[in-house]
Amino acid sequence: MAIQAEREGDTLVAKAEGRIDGTNAREFQDDLDSVIEEGDRTVILNFEDLMYISSAGIRVVLMTAKTLQRREARFALCSLSEPVREIFEVSGFDKIIPIHASQADALSALGG
Amino acid sequence: MTTERPYKILVVDDEVDLEPLMLQRMRRDIRAGRYEFVFAHNGIEALEQLATEEGIDMVLSDINMPQMDGLTLLEQIPAVDPNLRAVIISAYGDMKNIRTAMNRGAFDFVTKPLDFEDLQVTIERTLQHVADWREALSSRDKLVAIQNELDVASKMQQSILPSHFPSGEGYEVFGNMDPARNVGGDFFDVVRLENGRIGVSVADVSDKGVPAALFMMSSRTLLKGAAIGSTGPGEVLREVNDLLNEDNEAAMFVTLFYAEYNPDNGEFLFANGGHNPPLFVKADGTSTLLPLTGGVALGLWPDLDYDQNSVTLSPGDSVVLYTDGVTEAINEQDEQFGVERLQEVFAGSPPRDAEAAVQAIFDAMNDFAGDAPQFDDSTCLIIRRG
Repeated sequence: MAIQAEREGDTLVAKAEGRIDGTNAREFQDDLDSVIEEGDRTVILNFEDLMYISSAGIRVVLMTAKTLQRREARFALCSLSEPVREIFEVSGFDKIIPIHASQADALSALGG
Repeated sequence: MTTERPYKILVVDDEVDLEPLMLQRMRRDIRAGRYEFVFAHNGIEALEQLATEEGIDMVLSDINMPQMDGLTLLEQIPAVDPNLRAVIISAYGDMKNIRTAMNRGAFDFVTKPLDFEDLQVTIERTLQHVADWREALSSRDKLVAIQNELDVASKMQQSILPSHFPSGEGYEVFGNMDPARNVGGDFFDVVRLENGRIGVSVADVSDKGVPAALFMMSSRTLLKGAAIGSTGPGEVLREVNDLLNEDNEAAMFVTLFYAEYNPDNGEFLFANGGHNPPLFVKADGTSTLLPLTGGVALGLWPDLDYDQNSVTLSPGDSVVLYTDGVTEAINEQDEQFGVERLQEVFAGSPPRDAEAAVQAIFDAMNDFAGDAPQFDDSTCLIIRRG
């Protein structure tokens, strides 16, 4: 699991890959915290190369969503692999966090 | 549970009838030297007893009492002994007081009129927890801190699981949890409701360690309270979600499936808060997953609605509630056990009863996993129409 971030203006796109589970959720959280800056108005997590996320990983995503919500920044996920999409669907969090089919869709929906 | 001296239980209630009744109903355990009771009639007397009586292990307290009520008493208990656990006696369905009691650190609650069989189970569970907690504290120096914390959490988790299962005309229930090496967050529960209905639940908390175990304990207790005052599973999940949201700085969440079964007509009414859909198994062994009801996992967003749905069980049908530790158990080739292998347990000749079916699922899962280490708890609860 590693995060790659690219920034365009005040929009941040962060890519996570591999697996996020109980063993590396903390690391994922630290990585996310360090790439997201106060001034970011739009944050998109691209999960194209993420194959699995456990509840510990989802919790990190949700905490990030809450923090950004407090800052009135926009947040979305995009390009979920099938197993990851299913996890978000079953947990119901797809109703709470916007999920887009592609990074382009997310960018245009969030006006980034 | 073994002990060199009886467990000492302080009972606090202004109704004087309770004392002879308690002594009578618990006489076997008193005679066997397992329990010893001391009594107080309000919070002030209770605090006096706690100051003068040596070695009280738990408190069982009514809420409404003169001079000092049970909720105020709860606030005072940690100052006397932070390792003491209290169980509250509340009016049936009185969620407001149950909730306040939980916030003030009550371990569990029982409702009036007292069902002494339930009370005994609750007392046993509380005493077990007290014993485990003390043991964990005493071993603190011997173990590395994190392993010790996981041990405490694991024991807290074990202490809230039901140790016996109700059965009745036309239904049977059985559940089991296989904990992961590093404690996970599964729990399940079975509650007898009014009108003979049975509430069943299975849940998975998002984190591990002591904070998650505490979150698990309050989830379970709030669920039990909401179920008792229930107007239906959807409303129960809505209530538990709102309550969990009130004090959740750590942003934990719990996926929770809750259903109410009516043994009279086989109706199984359910709502799903972001949990894996249970398997509905027909008497002939064919099975399908119950549809999702669109609910979100509980604890993070308040004011959510939870839809409910229902299926009807015919004789021999059952519903298999489980956590993802079962379907995501991996073998040495990193393949997952999956829903299909779960369904295969029932295909052909279905196990004869709920307990055998739970055992068959764990056997199949363990055969599949072989020596591959598992990272999550596995839980399975089955309710079957006889």
